[in-house]
Amino acid sequence: MQSYLYFPGCSLRTVARDFEDSALASAHALGLELKEMQGWLCCGAVYPNVADNVMTNAGPNRILSRARGESDTLVTLCAGCHNVLKRASLQAKRNTIKQEQINEFNEERYQGGLSVLHFLEILRDRVGFGAIREAVKAPLRGLPVGAYYGCLLLRPFDEMKLDDPHRPSVLEDLLLSIGCMPVDYPSRTDCCGSFLGVGAPDAMALLSRNVVETARSHGARLLAVSCPLCKYNLEASQKQDPATSSGSQPLPVVYFTQLLGLALGVSPEDLRLSDAQLRTIRGSIKNAVESMSQP
Amino acid sequence: MKRLGVFVCHCGLNIAGTVNVKEVTDAAGKIPDVVVAADHRYLCSEPGQALIKDSIKQQRLDAIVVAACSPAMHEATFRNIARAAGLNRYQSEIANIREQCSWVHENIEKATEKAHVIIRQSIEKVKLNELLDPITVPVTRKALVIGGGIAGIRAALDIANSGHQVYLVEKTGSIGGRMAQLSETFPTLDCSICILGPLMVEAYRNPNIKILRLSEVEEVKGFVGNFKVKVRQAPVYVDETKCNSCAECVKVCPAEVPNEFDSGLTWRKAIYIPFAQAVPPAYVLDAKSCLGLLPQACGECKKACDKLGMSCINLDAHPETHELEVGAIISATGYEMYDAARLTEYGYGIYPDVMTSLEFERMLSASGPTSGVIRRPSDGRIPKEVVFIQCAGQREPETALAYCSKICCMYTARHAMLFHHKVPDGQAYVFYMDIRAGGKGYEEFVKRAQEEGRVLYLRGRVAKVHQENDKLVVKGVDTLSEKTVQIQADIVVLAVGMVPSQGSRELANRLKASVDENGFFAEAHPKLRPLESATAGIFLAGAGQAPKDIPETVAQASGAASKALNLLSSPTLEREPTVARIVNEFCSGCGICVPACPFEALSMNRERKIAEVAEALCEGCGTCVASCPSGALSLRNLTDTQIMAMVRAGRS
Repeated sequence: MQSYLYFPGCSLRTVARDFEDSALASAHALGLELKEMQGWLCCGAVYPNVADNVMTNAGPNRILSRARGESDTLVTLCAGCHNVLKRASLQAKRNTIKQEQINEFNEERYQGGLSVLHFLEILRDRVGFGAIREAVKAPLRGLPVGAYYGCLLLRPFDEMKLDDPHRPSVLEDLLLSIGCMPVDYPSRTDCCGSFLGVGAPDAMALLSRNVVETARSHGARLLAVSCPLCKYNLEASQKQDPATSSGSQPLPVVYFTQLLGLALGVSPEDLRLSDAQLRTIRGSIKNAVESMSQP
Repeated sequence: MKRLGVFVCHCGLNIAGTVNVKEVTDAAGKIPDVVVAADHRYLCSEPGQALIKDSIKQQRLDAIVVAACSPAMHEATFRNIARAAGLNRYQSEIANIREQCSWVHENIEKATEKAHVIIRQSIEKVKLNELLDPITVPVTRKALVIGGGIAGIRAALDIANSGHQVYLVEKTGSIGGRMAQLSETFPTLDCSICILGPLMVEAYRNPNIKILRLSEVEEVKGFVGNFKVKVRQAPVYVDETKCNSCAECVKVCPAEVPNEFDSGLTWRKAIYIPFAQAVPPAYVLDAKSCLGLLPQACGECKKACDKLGMSCINLDAHPETHELEVGAIISATGYEMYDAARLTEYGYGIYPDVMTSLEFERMLSASGPTSGVIRRPSDGRIPKEVVFIQCAGQREPETALAYCSKICCMYTARHAMLFHHKVPDGQAYVFYMDIRAGGKGYEEFVKRAQEEGRVLYLRGRVAKVHQENDKLVVKGVDTLSEKTVQIQADIVVLAVGMVPSQGSRELANRLKASVDENGFFAEAHPKLRPLESATAGIFLAGAGQAPKDIPETVAQASGAASKALNLLSSPTLEREPTVARIVNEFCSGCGICVPACPFEALSMNRERKIAEVAEALCEGCGTCVASCPSGALSLRNLTDTQIMAMVRAGRS
């Protein structure tokens, strides 16, 4: 069984258990082991990405140095953690003066050599979508999913280099391989409002609601994400003001790993899919299959 | 013993700021054989030159060393002074204490010491310099112009009208270039082909100009005044001297491909005329899209032509190689548009109504795909709302082009104005970063577009374009009102930038000319020699050197032509005599030097079984000297003895 060192992060151990459990279970079903790294700590959330970031990068660099002790590859799930750790690892290569300051402060030294990869990159570049297609046991035939990228997975694109920043396809390609019918909608790379949800909830709601409504008007029946914060915002904006959601049912938001797991035959309980989410998924597949079989 | 003079230049503070000139001069004066050592604020000035000349005469000097700037700047100046004072030109040497010393050092003490070393070395060299005379070589008084766009046509006409023969090499089936594709030109709105057409015809009729269409330069040998160029011409299946453009062959041709001239908006046959005003006025058979020539699969065109008794078509035509001898070469290779599909945020190539400025240009043209009516590519409807995005993929060093293409502000204003003329109830929007309208009548033209054309200019960038039902939704920002803007557009036009034509890098290699970081031909000096490449005899014109508009291109083309004419005006040319020399007695005839020479100046004399140097071809690079195992080869005035003397002087 191929094993990768893996960094969970805080959200995945609290509000996003569904993300971690579904990812570990899907990985297992694909013959991969995500082995949790020793002694991980908070990535620092948005703070390491500010300009004056010597102090705020102490945390991420501790993570990198510990992970380097165990492996040369570190896999992440949360788009936020991924962004922080990948950029910290690139800064270590690029800005040696800053890195020396950080290393002097930390008692452990990180001197490069670790490649930080998102689980999507493992699926795309190491496993391959063709192999995933073959491993699918219960294809989610015709499920109209809106893949939502948000910001952190793709930007800044000269550093993240995960996909085309304006027209990404990695999530859609994955969804296609498990039988879904991904929906192309223009706001899939827009910002969800991020931490504005704390200080300016109205601004966040405006952005997130636009994502949800555009996806819905283009035919999506649920959204697939890779970031706990995006998921929170997309859900919260729908709860806040149901009137603007044109009176329709809320659009469920799931992690891409939950759909992957379902297609690979993992039980919905192990994927922590709620009954409501499951109902939408099964109902939409049924509708899709029926409309396909009509002449 | 030679009587030597050493002259040290301050170059204002360029040298004197870092090197103690007095100290260096005094030290030079104490070197044996140095009769005079003097300094001056500017040796290149008239009083500075007079100082040198007078010293040579009064002190009866045999040779001089001038410690100053790079020989690239003033070697010729001081050699001329030496000659004017009665010395041989090659009894003057430059000690470069500016570029190689004062400019690159900060420590005055160490820089002064280094300047002294450089002077000592130059003294040792000049002591052993021979008396030489320039080599005189004949000049082939003909020119080659590469590229048949407006730059190439203008340059060819200027040279031809001065009585010299010109070969005009064009890659495609017709001369005319990009300018032939344009509808109108800014800021006067002249019809582009109406002002270009007469020049194309003039070039075709001029007895001094030979147009080689479907041709590319394959190999360039020789040197300034004496280039030997191989031009490969693709098979010319249609004889231009017989063809009368009757179009019978086109009617029967079954193969259709996108038409490059209309930016792929229309179709053409495999046998086609590039455009109505094409010069030479003849059909072209495109072997790539033809159903088959080898073996012949169709041949309908030939049958149709033969039936009329014309027999213009020869399907068995072969490629031809023309060997040309010319004295000067003008590179006028032009530009292409940046690939808009790389700008994924705008959806070019995904949404049919997102187009490039050149595609929009074709649509505006009376001879274009819609006969000058503006229509949406998706459904043919007349668009009411058009969004123009300036700087598309430009001034973006991280992701696309770092530079500004200079012409887009102007042509976008023209496009918006012409859209208003054609669709008076329509609305044009222009997203811009700055309006760069420097040029005669340019600013006024943009103002006219804004006012008469009611064009709405929005200062900001577009973040995203996407399709919503049958409209394109353009999301951007207007930084003046600090608001985000969303426009439901029918057409989006991307003002993409200019990039060098395909193959210009390879051509530069063949010409031994250099290109800049963006792939444009590099000029010898950005301010003082903008018309020449650093390689002697190769001149530059048009957008192949840098993005530029038509007036500037034409000006540069005439400038390059006059530079070339300078060269062709005299039957002979002087070349540096500091070339390789062979001592016959030492040559073992091994032949190692022959392939080592990059200029084919060395050859074997079969009878005497030794190598020979063709002095006219030698560039004095020294590669052969280094390759010679028996020490038979040396460079005049840079012999091993001189180099060793300089090395010793540097160490003492």
